[in-house]
Amino acid sequence: MKLKKRIPVIDQGDKFGFWGGKFGGNFVPETLKKPIEDLEIQFNKLKKDKNFLKERDKYFKNWIGTPTRFIKLNELTKHVGGAEIWSKVVSDANGGAHKIYNATVHCLLARRSGKKVIIGDTGAGYAGKMLSMAAKKFGLKCKIFMGAKDIERQQPNVKAMKKNGAEVVPVYSGSKTLVDAVSECMRYWVANCDTTAMCVGSTVGPAVFVRICGWSTSQISRELKTQLIDHFGTVPKKVKLYNCVGGGSSSFGFWNEFMDYDKKQVEFIGVEAGGPAKSKKHAAPLTFGSKIGILHGAAQYVNQNSDGQIEETESISAGLDYPGVSPLHCFLKDTKRARYTAASDEEALKAYKIVTRFENLRPSLEPSHAFAVAIKEAKKLSKDTVVIINSCGDAYKDRAILEKKLGKKYVKSN
Amino acid sequence: MLNPINLAFKKAKSQHRPALLTYTVAGDSTKKQSLEILKSISHHADILEVGVPHNTPVADGGQIQTSAYRAIKNGIKMNDIFKIIRDYKKSKNPKPVIFMGYYNMIYQYGENNFLKNCEKSGVNGLIVVDLPWPENKIFSKKCKKKSINFIQLLSPTTSNKRLKSITKDSHDMIYYISMLSTTGGKLKVSPKKILSNYKKIKKISPNKNCVIGFGITEKTISSFKSTDGLVVGSQICKEITRCLNNRQNPVINVSKMVSRLRKKIS
Repeated sequence: MKLKKRIPVIDQGDKFGFWGGKFGGNFVPETLKKPIEDLEIQFNKLKKDKNFLKERDKYFKNWIGTPTRFIKLNELTKHVGGAEIWSKVVSDANGGAHKIYNATVHCLLARRSGKKVIIGDTGAGYAGKMLSMAAKKFGLKCKIFMGAKDIERQQPNVKAMKKNGAEVVPVYSGSKTLVDAVSECMRYWVANCDTTAMCVGSTVGPAVFVRICGWSTSQISRELKTQLIDHFGTVPKKVKLYNCVGGGSSSFGFWNEFMDYDKKQVEFIGVEAGGPAKSKKHAAPLTFGSKIGILHGAAQYVNQNSDGQIEETESISAGLDYPGVSPLHCFLKDTKRARYTAASDEEALKAYKIVTRFENLRPSLEPSHAFAVAIKEAKKLSKDTVVIINSCGDAYKDRAILEKKLGKKYVKSN
Repeated sequence: MLNPINLAFKKAKSQHRPALLTYTVAGDSTKKQSLEILKSISHHADILEVGVPHNTPVADGGQIQTSAYRAIKNGIKMNDIFKIIRDYKKSKNPKPVIFMGYYNMIYQYGENNFLKNCEKSGVNGLIVVDLPWPENKIFSKKCKKKSINFIQLLSPTTSNKRLKSITKDSHDMIYYISMLSTTGGKLKVSPKKILSNYKKIKKISPNKNCVIGFGITEKTISSFKSTDGLVVGSQICKEITRCLNNRQNPVINVSKMVSRLRKKIS
């Protein structure tokens, strides 16, 4: 299995949508074949259309607010005492997380195809919140599917969705988290695909959704590359890009522009959710060697039992609480372009405490997983190494969990 | 020798009625009970679809999901499902059996191993909801080699061009999904419209047995008497749930329901 150079990774799949011949694809009911094919034709055409790119860039710049900041974490660097630690503050984006890029692109596509309704899934609530914002902006009706457990633990985002006029549909089946929300959303699309557009909230699902999402979030690394060159005059000799991985949309977007660099120069480190230290459950299929299976229309490494039933996951972070992972990351793992590891709930909380103590930055629980590993590794790295963490979400949504786990002091400062 | 599925259609045709296909989930609510249900509905149905429960089904509505979760919760495993079919096939009046499920269960079992066990336990056909054409070409050929019917699905969104290619690659039976819906949805399209699509398929492929499923219930079934076959699933699963909730015997009640369904198309 080989990664090709000079071809965007999202376009390296075969005619059936498989990366490396085995990840991804389109395992969908017959009913969805046509709407998926329509979307593929539309997307393949528009991503080369100058007017569409102009339109996208206009909304990215004026509405989402690009570029997001690239800042040095001076105090944290001093405290850790190793590599230079930087952060790409993607949570600066309108709405507070990277999910806005994918949501905006999906709404632009839906509007062009004449659809009046857009539906989406959400775990942490960011994908849902951003889709509701974008839908409102572009005059589309919006329905968000969310696990009942997640609705309970991510209230601020639920309120935001409702405020934007979206209908939040609670999903009570299975583990009542993201995996069930995605299933329910796909089922709704099966029944309404003639009038409704679907936005999958991450680089998961049937191949075209993986591609659209990866294409959208790649904005992050486009900005970062420019910012690196602006600051260092070039892409430095030793760069390490740390990013949390649930479905994998922010990490893929954070890395995409650097794909062709040698990994000795620009290394990618994906951090999955290891779950509570004492629990056997986790949401880290790449780290713990889960087998390939089919989930939500795509072949991928996924937590499952020997029969093929998808296993329940456990993580303090709703956004990473997903048993599978993007086919793109499976591909990057097997081609050895990226390295994957996991941080536990406790490690993520500890990292949140450290970051907020030294810096004026409030990463949500998802990027706190990436901070945990970055801090641990940066200690041992040379001073000329540039460690960059994608702070892809803001902790505002996690107030209730942080208060419960760490006490009021960590919430007030928000 | 005619394939048992073909034979079942032929028999129904000789009685001037569509074949009645039932759908129940293997292991719902227990292994033993689901076997009893299969045995008892055998008296009235022509072909039995047996659902292989999966916990992330992307095309099933609430009723079938409930049945599937119940079966999984009660510990059903793939090998138990094969055993249920083996035991059923030893009963007095066994009918052709079609497995209906999601590809991951087959993938984890191993395609070849899965088909070997289907053959051994007497499974006659397979419907794999999330393995559409053309992705299913290789697997469907493997099925054919083992004399197992791979049943292609068609839907209202299937284009004419696709329809021709799919029916060309299909075996003895094809399954038309009546409307844009998950299983168990209310019939939101008129029977007239569904029948006109059905006729379109039959015109392209007159020799294949075409069944209609999704939205077929006691209420709607008699509108489709002119077809080759009809599938009732969610209503049966719902009846099982109702019986369990009311501490009634699902075996007797489901059997009664299937008998009523049969009368409505006879």
